[in-house]
Amino acid sequence: MKKRKNRNGQLHDVWRKLKMNKLAMISLGVLIMIFLIAIFAPLVIPYDYAYQDYNSVLQFPNASHPFGTDNFGRDIFSRILYGSRFTIFIGFGATTVAATCGIILGLMAAYFKKLDNIIMRAMDVLIGMPGMTLLILIISVLGPNIKNMVIAISIAYTPAFARVTRGAAMSVINQEYIEACSAIGANDKRILLKHVFPNSMAPVIIQYSLAAGLSILLGASLSFVGMGVQPPTPEWGLMVSDGRSYLRTSWYMSIIPGLAIILVTIALNYLGDGIRDALDPRLNK
Amino acid sequence: MAKYFFRRLISMLFVLLAAIVLVFTLMEFAPGDPVMTMLGEGGTAEQIAALREKLGLAQPYIVRLGSFIWGFLHADLGESYRSGLPVFSEIISRYPITLKLTFGSVALGILIGVPAGIVSSVKQYSVFDRIFTSVSLFGVSAPSFWIAMLLVLIFSVKLGWLPPTGTYSFEYWILPVLTMGLQTSASIMRMTRSSILEVVRQDYIRTARAKGQSERAIIFKHVLPNALIPILTVVGIDICGFLGGSVLVETVFAMPGLGKFILDCVNFKDYPAVLGGILWISLNCVVITFIIDMLYGVVDPRIKSMYGAKKSKAKAIITAKSES
Repeated sequence: MKKRKNRNGQLHDVWRKLKMNKLAMISLGVLIMIFLIAIFAPLVIPYDYAYQDYNSVLQFPNASHPFGTDNFGRDIFSRILYGSRFTIFIGFGATTVAATCGIILGLMAAYFKKLDNIIMRAMDVLIGMPGMTLLILIISVLGPNIKNMVIAISIAYTPAFARVTRGAAMSVINQEYIEACSAIGANDKRILLKHVFPNSMAPVIIQYSLAAGLSILLGASLSFVGMGVQPPTPEWGLMVSDGRSYLRTSWYMSIIPGLAIILVTIALNYLGDGIRDALDPRLNK
Repeated sequence: MAKYFFRRLISMLFVLLAAIVLVFTLMEFAPGDPVMTMLGEGGTAEQIAALREKLGLAQPYIVRLGSFIWGFLHADLGESYRSGLPVFSEIISRYPITLKLTFGSVALGILIGVPAGIVSSVKQYSVFDRIFTSVSLFGVSAPSFWIAMLLVLIFSVKLGWLPPTGTYSFEYWILPVLTMGLQTSASIMRMTRSSILEVVRQDYIRTARAKGQSERAIIFKHVLPNALIPILTVVGIDICGFLGGSVLVETVFAMPGLGKFILDCVNFKDYPAVLGGILWISLNCVVITFIIDMLYGVVDPRIKSMYGAKKSKAKAIITAKSES
């Protein structure tokens, strides 16, 4: 009971410090808003995202089309609002899968010495290949679609989570209270899940917010080169790519979806920085 | 240091071998039959069998893997299905473009990022710090292809100062290098700032201050050398990232580099070329990581002493014995 109270106290402390960071709170607000837009997209979009109006192609932003229209006469504002679904799914879906796999592998590597070398050398091989090359390789095997893109990005980010978790878990495992747990007869599963896991989460949370931003950028990049989401899906990276041929006359087709990507990734980075500062004991005062 | 060198060398060779096995095995599961792609729908059963035999596809996996590794060691990566030319020569003809783009960008990134990071950390919470950190956060948050298109829009379309695509002369390289250079300068700046702020908190810096050293001497003699390792790590990661990720900038600026080559080969199902291209980039990354690891040993006396410890200890014992 006392322990639970203590943990809640820690969380409360982190939240209190995070609340004092204005940029982090604004970013959290932006992210919540984008989540809500993604959930209620069909209700909030003014036009059907796929509706092609050939009487109003390539319209500059105006009152009826705040972000203009594309070469098929589709409303860019509606497409960006609807596209938030894909961005959120790719960014958070891939990062969550990568974090789950990475945490499991990292905890196992830190706790079971025999597995350490095998797991971490396998992670080294994946880290040794540049992210984009690894993604192109996986997608060329699996085929270009949103599900495979999430799988590929998850594989690319798993090693980062495994490394961070292993590092944090190793320092926790060396603590006396872990020794005390095993002395009183707690089994490996209990030690790992109840003690090592919760106490090594701080760096993983920071890694999560940064990796989510990077996953969104990677997802958009893959769609941009035709290896990710396929047309006519309103994915933001794909929308930037669609506007390439019209950059001279209708720059807003590419520039505005790009700004949407930047808004989400900046919000995630600011929030990540805020969480890192809130968790840093040296910045307590 | 020799021990450190050999340990890193063995680790490098292991990673490279594992990468070859991984990439080769993954390509086994790639969809579509390359023989059917090459012959089209009109190929007869005899033609298919003959071509499979010629390409070595009829042999078991392990034999093909072995002969591929043997070929890799002899710079023989097979022949491209698309052009019929050796994959190695196809790669080498495109390699200089990606290499120039990568190293030009990283050089620009260091030139902008390191001074900006130093100013930002020395003048923490100043106007400069706020401007640099905000701009760098924008730099790491913006997709490179979007920055590339924005630069084309401003400098080529609106101002007409620079050409938008191609690699014909120096001025064609300015926008691509600027795109990737600005991005890497953002990550180098952020790492330089946080690394210096970390080192500045150390006791030995307080001691240096207490001894009355000037701020400039403290930064350049004590702080910067100790803050170099994380900066070197970011530079290494960026070089590897650019070698593989330059495909985005190469696509926007229509540059016939290695990334664009691999992407085109994926679309054509030219698997030997994809395999060769990816492994060539992996080889480069492994070598760059190795060089960065060696530089750690040069710039960080702790690593040097860790691996030189036994030798110096042995020397000390011999000296002590001879003196006694």
